[in-house]
Amino acid sequence: MTDIKRRSLLAGLAALGTGACAKIANSDTGQSLFDTAEDWHRMAQRTLAGRQRLAPEFAPEDRSPDFRGNGSLTVDTPEYRAQLANGFADWRLAVGGLVEAPLSLSMADLRALPQRTQITRHDCVEGWSAIGEWTGPQLSNLLDQARVRPEANFIVFRCADTLYGRDYYESIDMIDAYHPQTIIAHLLNGETIPEKNGAPLRMRIERQLGYKHAKYLTGIEAVASLDDIGDGKGGFWEDVGNYQWYAGM
Amino acid sequence: MKRHGLITRLWHWLNAAALIVLFMSGLNISNAHRYLYWGDYGFDPADAWMSVMRFPGWTTLPFGRYDLAAARDWHSLAAWVFALALLVMWVTSLANKHFTRDLKTSWHDWSPRSIAGEIRSHVAGRFEGHGAIYNGLQKMTYGIMLGIFLPMMVFTGLAISPGFEPAAPWLVDLLGGRQSARSLHFIFTWAIVAFFAVHIIMVIVSRPFKQVWDMIAGGSREADAND
Repeated sequence: MTDIKRRSLLAGLAALGTGACAKIANSDTGQSLFDTAEDWHRMAQRTLAGRQRLAPEFAPEDRSPDFRGNGSLTVDTPEYRAQLANGFADWRLAVGGLVEAPLSLSMADLRALPQRTQITRHDCVEGWSAIGEWTGPQLSNLLDQARVRPEANFIVFRCADTLYGRDYYESIDMIDAYHPQTIIAHLLNGETIPEKNGAPLRMRIERQLGYKHAKYLTGIEAVASLDDIGDGKGGFWEDVGNYQWYAGM
Repeated sequence: MKRHGLITRLWHWLNAAALIVLFMSGLNISNAHRYLYWGDYGFDPADAWMSVMRFPGWTTLPFGRYDLAAARDWHSLAAWVFALALLVMWVTSLANKHFTRDLKTSWHDWSPRSIAGEIRSHVAGRFEGHGAIYNGLQKMTYGIMLGIFLPMMVFTGLAISPGFEPAAPWLVDLLGGRQSARSLHFIFTWAIVAFFAVHIIMVIVSRPFKQVWDMIAGGSREADAND
């Protein structure tokens, strides 16, 4: 009996060879193990940090000399070039989906709302970090104005940019949507957001990695489920590269 | 009495498996941005204190290709196994006295004279523990692994996670900022690799089949004492 146990232990260890790893990763069981690990990280982080605890904010002198652009560095359409040339005077941000009162806001409307300014660190999934000062209205303010319906579980961000011929989009749950540091930024370091960083509007989701911070923002949509959006995984990189939807680690 | 307790043996192999997965997936993650920085931020290779080599596909998980998302899946899964197993190992070792009986060093163990003596007997091929299952050098090494190197992987890993940081911003500050924590995560990785290399060599030169079998089946302290 113990010999059988020993043998299965050895076999189990041997099964950790790389060929087996690929089999595990490609199986439904493997994927559900990865998803469970991701869920545990999310729940542990939310339990330890609480829903509203803030990401660290820095002093002006802590900012990095530049703020690296990554992913889409522009929107390659004549419409965007025209908007860029006239200072985004005609840019509109739509707030819709499961809301009672859909909104369509101009840049002036967004600037007229109460503003939050925060100097935060931006962490890319690749490993690098940059620190910048972001200013804009809180997402919670817009969601309250639009009166989000109780059946909404996620907020989806629609973007003007495309990568590999697909529209960029992202999504977060209602906890991050109502987090005080979740803002629709229109200023970086006191100036309009540079093209490479997502002009004219970029989301800040400060407790998650950079690919969640949707750039070139055109729309905010409250939804009950992510299944029917894109390929159903909740974001561009989630769909294209199977990146983790929860990007808190 | 067994030379190695059941929890020690289970932890040893589970930890080895988790570390291999963490290491290989970590090399894949390292390939995503091969520069290390000190401080809070860092993205410009010109500011890096170290430019890391690109690790070839045969060293990484997923095997043979660069896949950051899949590597992160493996890394965050194995991290749970590694961290929880380490916690169980520590709680058990303190509760069942494995730590005080087998691992705790005395001031004498750290004296230069004792260390020099241990090194001389290692070179001469004698590894006896003077009545204990581990000699002074082993106790020191295992204690540093269990008490510093392995926990530092957990702490530096947590400190790199933006979702964990609001829970313990002091941890990131203590480690000198996020990019410093990332650099330390890398440095402790290679400290563990160095331990692994010496560990394997020491097993090979000191009755390898018995050593490995004892770590599977447990072995016997009494039989070892009569050797």
